Amino acid sequence: MDFNTIITGLAGVIVSAGPLVFAAVGETFAERSGVINLSLNGTIILTAMSGFVVALSTNNLLLGALFGMLVGGLSALIIAFASITLKQSQVAVGFVLTLMNASLAYFLGNPYVGVNGPSLGSWDIPVLSQIPVLGPLLFRADVLTYLSYLFIIFAWIWLYKTRSGLILQGIGERPAAAFVRGANVNRMRYIYTVLGGLFAGLAGAAYSLNVKSGWMGTISGLDGFGWIALAITIFGGWNPLRAAFGAYLFALLQWLGLVLQPAMPGVPSQVLQVAPFPLMILTLLLVNIGDTEWVKRMLAGLPAPSRRVASRVLRSLSAKPPAGIGQTFEQE
Amino acid sequence: MIKENRRWVNIGFQLGAIILALGFTTLVLVLSGAPPFDAYYQIILGSFGSLLNISSVLAAWVPLLLATSGLLFTFAAGLWNIGVEGQIILGGIFTTGLLKLLQGSTLPPALIIILAILAGALGGALWASLAGILKTYGGVNEIFGGLGLNFVATALTLWLIFGPWKRPGIGSMSGTIPFPESLWLPRFADLRVSPWALLITIGGIIIVILVLQGTHFGLRLKAVGKNMRAAYLIGISANQHLMLAFILNGIFAGLAGAMQVTAVYHRLIPAISSGYGYLGLLIAMLINYRAIWAAPIALFYAALNIGSIQLPIVLKLDSSLSGVLQGALVLFVLMMEGVRQRLVGGD
Repeated sequence: MDFNTIITGLAGVIVSAGPLVFAAVGETFAERSGVINLSLNGTIILTAMSGFVVALSTNNLLLGALFGMLVGGLSALIIAFASITLKQSQVAVGFVLTLMNASLAYFLGNPYVGVNGPSLGSWDIPVLSQIPVLGPLLFRADVLTYLSYLFIIFAWIWLYKTRSGLILQGIGERPAAAFVRGANVNRMRYIYTVLGGLFAGLAGAAYSLNVKSGWMGTISGLDGFGWIALAITIFGGWNPLRAAFGAYLFALLQWLGLVLQPAMPGVPSQVLQVAPFPLMILTLLLVNIGDTEWVKRMLAGLPAPSRRVASRVLRSLSAKPPAGIGQTFEQE
Repeated sequence: MIKENRRWVNIGFQLGAIILALGFTTLVLVLSGAPPFDAYYQIILGSFGSLLNISSVLAAWVPLLLATSGLLFTFAAGLWNIGVEGQIILGGIFTTGLLKLLQGSTLPPALIIILAILAGALGGALWASLAGILKTYGGVNEIFGGLGLNFVATALTLWLIFGPWKRPGIGSMSGTIPFPESLWLPRFADLRVSPWALLITIGGIIIVILVLQGTHFGLRLKAVGKNMRAAYLIGISANQHLMLAFILNGIFAGLAGAMQVTAVYHRLIPAISSGYGYLGLLIAMLINYRAIWAAPIALFYAALNIGSIQLPIVLKLDSSLSGVLQGALVLFVLMMEGVRQRLVGGD
């Protein structure tokens, strides 16, 4: 494989990571505010279908993407309403929606399976696309991919460099304290949950309009996508940059699986496609194991120098969830 | 008197939820341009229209109720065992493995079948304890640990079907070679359901009801589920009980997989779990984790699954309509419960 092929392959990795970036970074906002949107897997399937169908029937890609966002936002609104206003379990409502949305997508999308439709073309950014290596790698893609770059940067600035971001961090960590300082915790939770849903919707639309154009029903390759996005949110430690890194790493691994397939003829492709999942479990293990009782006990029993090294390694890996996540907050 | 009124109010809200769910599903049908009442009629006909169809519903009820029964243990302990799907799959794999191992032997077929079913239970329990160890000793949330293991279990099935256990020549999505009829769990003549499978399933849910409602162990499990720290303070080891809940759930899920192999498909197929684990989670939520309701609601959900197979044949609609109704029911019941608590106050 020569250098240019590798660059083209990696550029493809960056494009195919776009939907994951939208979903995982969007979910980072929702979870920072304290709401888990467990419906992502079904929602992304539904928005991929509905975004494609609207783009097909209006012959307008923008309308398709916007409709996908609308559906994603609506789904998130149901979770916000059921968990914040009606005080039902976020996990229960999210899980029901993940199954129901997928069924809805397969049912309503049935007539459109395999239909040819519009897809997003590439657009080279002038000047930037001429930079050696970086140009072909990053700037000869499409509008949605460029939007994913901007979203990462915007998300990071919003969370860490603005007053609103500071309030958001506070809401996730100590909702009561944020409330006392004048933040309307539940309203913020509504806003950020729906924001996350809008981007989950964009993730679905970006998949069916750009990454793998069209709707293929149950074999669209989307089942599991949202679960991976949720795992990447945890992997990212609720930091947009780390989440984006996780999305690119995942897309890279998938690509490597495809590229390395011919070298392992005995392994069916389905097996390589699930390679990320054991990896997901392993990363979650590394991220969490430092907080378990037995590891803490074991560390306490170690001699001081090695204890320091071990706990530093574990701490650098660990990712603590926002303390207020998944809990209802009573505003009195 | 007041208590009696409350009861009627509760029933009213639940009826409201059912009407909303039916309304939503009808709206979806109208949106897709399908005749709603024709669709519902086809589902009823497909599930209860003939003795053969009823036997298909019962054949689906078996794994669905077994999965739901097992989930009642993990839900009692406050666990979200999404990994139940993979635990069913491993049950199917272990059962197939044992049948393959012993099918040429001189052991009586009945003994081979019994051993194969036990192997299935073992497979489910092992896969569940993996999720349990990740949860209790690795700090990995059981939702993500379980999901990851589900995908791994599916890949393992595909690898076996296309690799070591492939049909002579080339592996195919239709699964491994079917076992000889002597190794099938005997069925009622001309029907699709096995009396033995029904017996195991009914026995299973009775055991779950008795254990959860009538034993000290069931009580301790619920204590762990309600408040882990308080349970710890009165001397109940939380980790030990969480592991036991996982293993019990795994045994039931493994039995579901064993039934899929010995009573339904007679081989390992790629979709051996048929989504019954996820559906079992929905049922457990719908019945608000009360074991006594598991059997009838699982029967209803099995009927929806089997009845909707008619939709693509007769009306050219996708069979996933059943999933829409099954999901909408749980969604609206949860939401109406929230509305009730807001308006009437807690129970």
